[in-house]
Amino acid sequence: MSTAHHRIGVPEFLRTGVVFDQLTQDRATELIGRYPVPRSALLPLLHLVQSVEGFVSQDGIAFCADQLALETAEVAAVATFYTMYKRKPCGEHLVSVCTNALCAVLGGDAILRTLTDHLGVAKDGTAGEPGETGSITIEAAECLAACDHAPVVTVDYEYYDEQNPDSALDLVQALQRGEKPHPTRGGALSDFRTAELEIAGIFGDTPEGAARVAAEVDGPSATEQTLRGSHLAEQNHWQAPVMPEHVDLPPVPEKK
Amino acid sequence: MAMSDESPTPAAAAVAPLTPVLTRRWASPRSWTIGTYEQLDGYTALKSVLGGPSPANPDQLIELMKNSGLRGRGGAGFPTGLKWSFLPQGDGKPHYLVVNADEGEPGTCKDIPLMMADPHSLIEGCIITSYAIRAPFCAIYVRGEAIHALRRLTVAVNEAKAKGYLGKNILGSGFDLEIVVHAGAGAYICGEETALLDSLEGRRGQPRLKPPFPAVAGLYACPTVVNNVETICSVPPIVLGGAEWYRSLGTEKSPGPKIYSLSGHVTRPGQYEAPMGTTLRQLIEMAGGMQGGIPLKFFTPGGSSTPIFTPEHLDVPLSFDDVAAAGSMLGTTALMCFNETVSVPWAVWKWLEFYKHESCGKCTPCREGTGWLVQILRRVVTGEGTMADLDTLADAASNIAGRSFCALGDAAATPILSSFKYFRSDFEDLVTGRTAPVVSTHDLVGAH
Amino acid sequence: MTSTLPAATSPAPQDPPGLVVPEGHVKLTIDGVELTAPKGELLIRSAERIGTAIPRFCDHPLLEPVGACRQCLVEVEMGGRPMPKPQAACTQTVADGMVVRTQLTSPVAEKAQRSNLEFLLLNHPLDCPVCDKGGECPLQNQVMANGSGHSRMVDTKRTFTKPLAISTQILLDRERCVLCQRCTRFSDQIAGDRFIDLLERGSSQQIGIATDQPFQSYFSGNTIQICPVGALTSAAYRFRSRPFDLVSTPGVCEHCAGGCAIRVDWRRGEVTRRMAADDPQVNEEWNCDKGRFAFTYVGLDDRLTKPLVRNADGVLAEASWTEAMSAAAAGLATARDSAGVGVLTGGRLTVTDAYAYAKFARLALRTNDIDFRTRAGSAEEDTFLARHVVGNTPETGGVTYTDLEQAKTILLVGLEPEEEAGILFLRLRKSWRQHGSRIYSVGAVKTRGLTKLGGILVPAVPGAEPGVVAGLADSPVGEGLRAAHAVLLVGERAAEVPGLLTAAAQLAESTGARIAWVPRRAGDRGAVEAGALGSLLPGGRPVDGPAARAEVEKSWGASVPDRPGRNTGEILAAAAAGELAGLVVAGVSIEDLPDPTAAAKALAGVGFLVSLEIRRSAVTDLADVVFPVAASVEKDGAYRNWEGRDRPYDATITGKGTLADARVLDTLGVEMDVDLYTQTVKAATADLQRLGAFTGPRPTLAEVPDRPTRPAVEEPRGFLLATWRMNLDGGSLQDGEPYLAGTARAEVARISAVAAAALDLTDGSSVTVSTARGALTLPVEISPVADEVVWLPGRVAGASLASTIGAGHGDRVHLAAATTKGGS
Repeated sequence: MSTAHHRIGVPEFLRTGVVFDQLTQDRATELIGRYPVPRSALLPLLHLVQSVEGFVSQDGIAFCADQLALETAEVAAVATFYTMYKRKPCGEHLVSVCTNALCAVLGGDAILRTLTDHLGVAKDGTAGEPGETGSITIEAAECLAACDHAPVVTVDYEYYDEQNPDSALDLVQALQRGEKPHPTRGGALSDFRTAELEIAGIFGDTPEGAARVAAEVDGPSATEQTLRGSHLAEQNHWQAPVMPEHVDLPPVPEKK
Repeated sequence: MAMSDESPTPAAAAVAPLTPVLTRRWASPRSWTIGTYEQLDGYTALKSVLGGPSPANPDQLIELMKNSGLRGRGGAGFPTGLKWSFLPQGDGKPHYLVVNADEGEPGTCKDIPLMMADPHSLIEGCIITSYAIRAPFCAIYVRGEAIHALRRLTVAVNEAKAKGYLGKNILGSGFDLEIVVHAGAGAYICGEETALLDSLEGRRGQPRLKPPFPAVAGLYACPTVVNNVETICSVPPIVLGGAEWYRSLGTEKSPGPKIYSLSGHVTRPGQYEAPMGTTLRQLIEMAGGMQGGIPLKFFTPGGSSTPIFTPEHLDVPLSFDDVAAAGSMLGTTALMCFNETVSVPWAVWKWLEFYKHESCGKCTPCREGTGWLVQILRRVVTGEGTMADLDTLADAASNIAGRSFCALGDAAATPILSSFKYFRSDFEDLVTGRTAPVVSTHDLVGAH
Repeated sequence: MTSTLPAATSPAPQDPPGLVVPEGHVKLTIDGVELTAPKGELLIRSAERIGTAIPRFCDHPLLEPVGACRQCLVEVEMGGRPMPKPQAACTQTVADGMVVRTQLTSPVAEKAQRSNLEFLLLNHPLDCPVCDKGGECPLQNQVMANGSGHSRMVDTKRTFTKPLAISTQILLDRERCVLCQRCTRFSDQIAGDRFIDLLERGSSQQIGIATDQPFQSYFSGNTIQICPVGALTSAAYRFRSRPFDLVSTPGVCEHCAGGCAIRVDWRRGEVTRRMAADDPQVNEEWNCDKGRFAFTYVGLDDRLTKPLVRNADGVLAEASWTEAMSAAAAGLATARDSAGVGVLTGGRLTVTDAYAYAKFARLALRTNDIDFRTRAGSAEEDTFLARHVVGNTPETGGVTYTDLEQAKTILLVGLEPEEEAGILFLRLRKSWRQHGSRIYSVGAVKTRGLTKLGGILVPAVPGAEPGVVAGLADSPVGEGLRAAHAVLLVGERAAEVPGLLTAAAQLAESTGARIAWVPRRAGDRGAVEAGALGSLLPGGRPVDGPAARAEVEKSWGASVPDRPGRNTGEILAAAAAGELAGLVVAGVSIEDLPDPTAAAKALAGVGFLVSLEIRRSAVTDLADVVFPVAASVEKDGAYRNWEGRDRPYDATITGKGTLADARVLDTLGVEMDVDLYTQTVKAATADLQRLGAFTGPRPTLAEVPDRPTRPAVEEPRGFLLATWRMNLDGGSLQDGEPYLAGTARAEVARISAVAAAALDLTDGSSVTVSTARGALTLPVEISPVADEVVWLPGRVAGASLASTIGAGHGDRVHLAAATTKGGS
């Protein structure tokens, strides 16, 4: 085994000097207003700053802290806990390859190896200049909750099901060319930052956004795998017992 | 092969092998829209509860859930009605409903398709449940990566609001409810209900001390019910069909239908909604058998956190009590099937990498122990392990199990302890060189 | 050990006779020993009470339970049924009939604890020999006692870069950290400074700060003390010594009126470090960083060791004690017999030292011209002190720290606890967090400190406080004050606003709330009790009360002057005007005085000046005779804290040959034919105690004449200045501790957003604050203050506002955007 010493450094956030614009401020205010207690909006706010910068910068941390009257240490504590918050600028797309046991045994490890070899970066690395078309950040992901579609790859969290090294390579090469292949399940592919805006909870608060979400929501969601049980039941006319015409709710139990 | 002691209930004998209740709209065109949902009985349960001249008494709903025998679908199988009834009444504090939609247990893939295909069934379930527990605010905590489910749910909430099913004075009942669809940010531990609550409060998702339990001090230290997606989606059908109808499915102690998620080396992996107590043998048969005819070697009854089973467990009825009696847990009915080509030590290593990656760090045994187990397992799978390592693995795993702060530590020990129970010789063969290393050192890839 | 406790394996054969279960208690069994415990008690505490120490790292009795380290696992049986898993004794509460087996009787608990130690050590460095904590390390002790002799860990340890400076003072070694979260929980729960937190997750989890905000908490040092490993160390102490080479002596902190118990660790005549000592009634187990780290001033190069006498050439030269004594005695006698001598004692004396000055003034100098205040005083304050402060102690029903936890309503007047009384701040925070007290503060600024108390600002611009306080009687605040246990805490700064002390006292009297006075310095309260005040003789006896005076005269066997003395400002003015011919000055910094320029002139011009000091200062430079005196750590004595609680302590560093003020004055008295009987602390204490407390009538507030305390600075159209001193502000007792100084808060001018906009200023831009007497420039911090108010720290760049702009609280100052960037 390697005995090389890797000392874990200090968690750091880049300073970008970004100024979050009025729209972002307004979105932050709206998100905070959704909750009985403002701090509940912290996870959404961190997604929101990622939608602006493509990652969480020190300025993003400070923005969230300001919005919620928290110390920056408290925000950093949260931002470093969750894997979806990136500390280095993300590429146009984030490609996640499931390498948990089940996907891995069906080819997930091979897909990751193929993609990192092709991109020439290690996992969590970015090929291309972040922000530019076709730039890609590649990561190994834990179970993506699509095990019936294993091995699974997501791009900007949209599902590309049942991949193999070749299909995944095709997908990534298309992304690098600036194409946006439609996911197996999910809305039309946009980019990492747009996805982060939706994950923050902002769905179409601008005319363009509304149009996009309206289109995306109808993107496919059910594959053959998803519907296998349903179809099998239909073919065999299997169904749950028929419900009675009318049922009364039970009476309120006597207080003991 | 061992057969279960618990024989199917008489009613179950008459029911079909698959019984779509939660999945029955999935194949309908644009099943996620309120139009389709309403065409297929959507919101009729809500109307029956809130829409009449006088709304139902919330306690009637709690009683109904108790009578139905519904048990939580998130893995632990706690009786849902009982959980609801734990909330103190008249305590002057707001109550909250939090839906655990942070699906991430390896193998588990039922809630996300459910939310994508039929978001309104979750919304309707949330409204009825919130009414029953007297909650004016409900948060659906969705795994952050599940972007399409977030989209569908958000739009569904807006549709429901536009129809007067949400917001102020729902259906003229005087009941107000807001639902927030909230995205997580990538942390398996947030599937643990108290970690989820901390996360929903904008904190690191680390589990809380219990007691106090969420029923007493949950979200914002107020009485809170935390239920899984599939559990809440079961509420409208139970309201419509009644307890007796619900109990006509499944076993006596595990009533109702269940979405079984088949994955791995089966011919047709997918979602199969069948009565509780269905066996893996029956499910694999429906899924077209094992892929390529290669025999099953091991499977998880309910995700990687449940002790693995072997072909001798193919006929264990997959219900809470039957699986427990056979030495595992029903978990999320995530049936990951691995055939004979798969190295058990390799799979265990992969899972341990997962638990190490997802350990929250709060308590010593899990934080330090998972890291250590991974270090040892890496040596074992690359052929550099020793027999002493195997003893250490077993001992260290038993020092984590039952000693950690929350169940993640127990779960991390589970693959080792259960695989040693059935497949210790596979590990021994690796360290003695009887079988070749399954991974080369430079191929130790993964999320880890 | 199991064999020594055979009863553990079977139920106790019979109930121990007399084990009654009191109301609110339960009965349980721990390792076969039956005991009762209050409901809700944690098992780990119950076990402690029968002498069983269950090992622990995260548990701390003053922090909320967290159950994170898992070291304290024990076996628990309830109603005859064993719980399936071992339970953490630090989170499990007792229950009736519970049967508990600790590591002493349970192999399961023993193995759980031993394996947990193994987990903790997997990645722990083997650097005990160079670790500051080595020798006093709970982890090391645990491993030595119960750990395994060898490690099964053969893989590479997790390593971190080390150490990290998380402030100029606190260093973090993440490899040693066991992530018990004591430090983060302390900072969150106790101090309210959430500048450190957990970062990352799982095996990468670590303690850390945000890159833009160091761990600048006034209480950060406590985290070092409660760290159960060597993960947190101080720059000041790192690698300085081994704990077992140090001698530990109990002490009392000299920095403020809190009266914290401390432990002083020293060797070879030098203090190496100071810790908070455990005093549940006062500081619990905490202290502030000033109290912990600011002790190096004693050993600086400017320390006085020999008496100095101004020679014929006008040069201060070292002299023998005999020479200095006779020179001082002669000079003082001459001055006394011409226009008289005044005495300024400063606020840092022990009770007996203050008493020696009080007695010396009356008997040797035959005057009541003595004042302990280095600030504006007034007859109003004298009356307030005589009526509401002197003689109040915990024994006589005075307000105590503990009382604050019962108080449902607490009103702060002229007091910023976080800056001016650190340990009081912590207790107030506890009172709010744990007991739900409502804390109100009358002032111009909603401070961070007040926010951390959950406090509510009662807005009052400087000068308007008396009216605002008077108006509170018929408000929700007054309502709260009328309820049982309510407390009004009045800071010494209230004296700066004419009428404010009176208004506060009247509010207390009309509502029935109890009132307490919180001065800034450790010796202030003792000085009042000892009579280091022109209007009060020892024990709170009014100078102008013939009966009171007679009691003193009888005890002292000498006559006492009957004319009330002048206060500090008046003494200095009199000296400047030639109405006093001499001054005796103890620990007074000229620039702390309300008008430093005038004070310096007065000291320079006065006929004869005697200074008693520990270090060279502007006063000693002007003196005719200088006596070196012992620093706090070198003498026995006692401080009287704000509660009126006596805080006696013994000298830690002896053999330096330094003498306490009381001893010097005693000898000087002899030289002037007066016996003070203050040669030793014991003698002086006995002398003071013989006098006892005054039992006669106290003055009434109605007698207070309203008069300004300080001439107003002319700046009619300017901003109203609000100001107080910060906890860390470069004061002379903080000298020689650069690491501590680095944790001071940034010096800023606080104005409202409206005011900033009007002046074309933004957050962080420079503003010049000026008066006719001077100007200074500071960065702006836009804050919740009234639009006509500017708040400034009491000292900027090491100089008091009085010395730079000649302005104080309530004065008008001019603000303008700075023309050039930079400091003052």
